[in-house]
Amino acid sequence: MNIRRFPLTREISLLVLVYLYVPVVVLVGYSFNANRTATVWSHASLDWYGRILANPTIQSAAKNSLVLALCAATAATVIALLAALATSRAFPGRGGVEAVLNTPLILPEIVVAVATLMLFVALGVQLGLGAMILAHTAFCIPFAYLPIRARLEGMNQSFGEAAQDLYANRFRCFRRVTLPLLWPGIMAGFTLAFVTSLDDFLTSFFLSGPGTTTLPVYIFSSIKAGITPEINAISTVMLVISVLLVSLSFFLGRLRR
Amino acid sequence: MTGNPALRRLGLLTPALATIALLIGLPLILLIWISLLQKGGSSGVDWNAAPSLGNYIRLAWEEDFDGTMILNTSYLVILLRSVLQAALTTGLSLLFGLPVALWMAGLSRGQRDLMLLLITIPFWTNLLVRNYAWLIILREDGWLAQAVGSVSPIGPIPLLYNDLAVAIGLTYSFLPFMILPLYTVFEKFDWRLLEAAHDLGASRSRALRRVLIPIAMPGIAAGSLLVFIPCLGAFVTPALLGGGKTLMLGNIIQMQFGASRNWPFGAALAVVLLALMLIVMVAMAIWRNRRVR
Repeated sequence: MNIRRFPLTREISLLVLVYLYVPVVVLVGYSFNANRTATVWSHASLDWYGRILANPTIQSAAKNSLVLALCAATAATVIALLAALATSRAFPGRGGVEAVLNTPLILPEIVVAVATLMLFVALGVQLGLGAMILAHTAFCIPFAYLPIRARLEGMNQSFGEAAQDLYANRFRCFRRVTLPLLWPGIMAGFTLAFVTSLDDFLTSFFLSGPGTTTLPVYIFSSIKAGITPEINAISTVMLVISVLLVSLSFFLGRLRR
Repeated sequence: MTGNPALRRLGLLTPALATIALLIGLPLILLIWISLLQKGGSSGVDWNAAPSLGNYIRLAWEEDFDGTMILNTSYLVILLRSVLQAALTTGLSLLFGLPVALWMAGLSRGQRDLMLLLITIPFWTNLLVRNYAWLIILREDGWLAQAVGSVSPIGPIPLLYNDLAVAIGLTYSFLPFMILPLYTVFEKFDWRLLEAAHDLGASRSRALRRVLIPIAMPGIAAGSLLVFIPCLGAFVTPALLGGGKTLMLGNIIQMQFGASRNWPFGAALAVVLLALMLIVMVAMAIWRNRRVR
């Protein structure tokens, strides 16, 4: 008898895997369904993908989502990189600083979203793409920070010391030694921040002004208006993009140091 | 670059701390302030109102025509339902997450990594899309509902727009948060302790109860916190899978910023959500300190 094996845990685990993946399979499957009724199967077709590509509302929502994710992830990555360089060495209060950087992970998103909405309205900041970029940057910081910090943690300090012994100044040392070694961590952080922003619904839901819907906000309002096969197709696209990007991020994070 | 390490550190940290302070901290302070004001004007807030606790009183009482305050339980019921729904989801996550984490810890290294990947992938996909997938499955004309309808003696059972559908969707959304901390505990677990329990004549279930579960307690606590807190503020799942009778705190907060347009009351509801979250976290911290001692 193996001491590590418990009865039923295997069966329950397989059941959980089915529970996790059946909805995904069903959604993807129905997106290739030719039938006009979203949940009645007739035969396989790529019709709905053609339709979403031709739909101008979806095109503009997709463009907004991409611009938003690109801007917010870039800003968050730069900010997180600087912070990670500071926290890579121990100093009094480091734990507190890291707790502050991670607050967006703990706070309920709906609370921060409505609070930001009220702040922007009170300050006269126009709702729309700019407002969304600001808010997304804030909650993307921990997602960019954690992979960069992990990479710095595992980095060999002696390369930097060697460069400084060889009379490289601090900036040159950073540009020629630290940055290239850190690059996979930076890209992993950027990718994670990008996915987080791309997939965000709640914050965008409150801060998108008229005419600046993002894809998730478009999907939500379409579902509320009635389920159509187009939603299946667009959801599948979002699903595939997230999985690809997150896999890329994990791959980058595991690159040999 | 300056030579003083403390100054250099401050410079590097300023953009991050300033962004969080201005876009997370400042909005939260404003939220608390607005929760003390009254609704009004085109922006939804009467900025000149004298601060009062009126919005918090409205949570439980309303003014009758003649000015007497009568108990109004409609918000309290939603508050209670949110807590119960979050607790139910935490319980379900533990019920299914614990065996999965236990099973994973007994696998070979390669299989473990694969399982970790399989458990985390859905978490990184769009929350809205994941809940929408359940909407398709649980729909009246969906295959699951039809299958259930054909075997049930009382005819079709509505699967959607009830508390169970919300629980299924919430568990689906947050189950990885339970499995991962539990797995971290079991991965480091010294299995010789279990062997010792066996050698001393403990049955398998007794060894599980008296050795494994107590050691897993920090993981159980961390996982429960990570599931309970996002559930409390859930909006998407109850909005898609719940009906008008299964509203949660997140939904009534959103309503104050949508159709009802009562921002100060919405702010008060959001503060209540934050307070509930803080109470749970503090309770957990106290419990952990006691355990260490």
